Amino acid sequence: MNSNRQYEVVFIVDPAAEDDEVTRLTDSLKQIATDQGGTVTKAENMGRRPLAYEILHKTEGSFVLLEIEGSGREIGELERRMRVNDRIIRYLTVRVDEDRQRAEKLKGRRARKVARRPERGQRRGAAPPATEFAAEENYENQ
Amino acid sequence: MSANYEDRSRGYNGDEDLDRGRPMPGGRGGRRMHRRRICRFCIEKVDLIDFKDVRLLQNYIPERGKILPRRISGNCATHQRMLAEAIKRARNIALLPYSTD
Repeated sequence: MNSNRQYEVVFIVDPAAEDDEVTRLTDSLKQIATDQGGTVTKAENMGRRPLAYEILHKTEGSFVLLEIEGSGREIGELERRMRVNDRIIRYLTVRVDEDRQRAEKLKGRRARKVARRPERGQRRGAAPPATEFAAEENYENQ
Repeated sequence: MSANYEDRSRGYNGDEDLDRGRPMPGGRGGRRMHRRRICRFCIEKVDLIDFKDVRLLQNYIPERGKILPRRISGNCATHQRMLAEAIKRARNIALLPYSTD
């Protein structure tokens, strides 16, 4: 089976945690993912932002984004750790490889379509001249 | 309180009063005129809608916090689906509200 799945993991750290604690936590999670056979392709601190609704009576939190590539097993372990950790008040994992592949496909298809008809854009505005009334009707039905 | 779709800034710009119908000049009264639908994502050739892009998603949630329906925004089915998915993810991670009152 294909073992190259890509995931985006976003988690929110308690606002009471200092910046270096957030960094430490991120590093430890990265370590866990790596130990389980995954690769961390990106780790980004999205900074402190307000929460759209209260979670555990907190109104803001530090958001961290991890991008992980792997079989999916490391995600299980990662999520388990995040659930246990009190400092992490919310997390979300999204599998992104399929959506990205699809986006690539759409892009390719569009590129081919453009290549096929370079004269595109010529047709509009080439309607025969008409009376004012008919012209308006034409516009409405466009 | 009603979800006030009409007054909110919508996810497109330029085209004024999108869905207000005018009767045909020919007199076929009562029938609603349909303005051409424009999907902003198709125009901008968006293939992927990111749930972290709050600025973009915010255009599609009116005051109440609901997802703006396709009939108002004019999005195509594909993009509306992507958009709805992204909004739901953003809600889960507290980037967007589930509801506001």
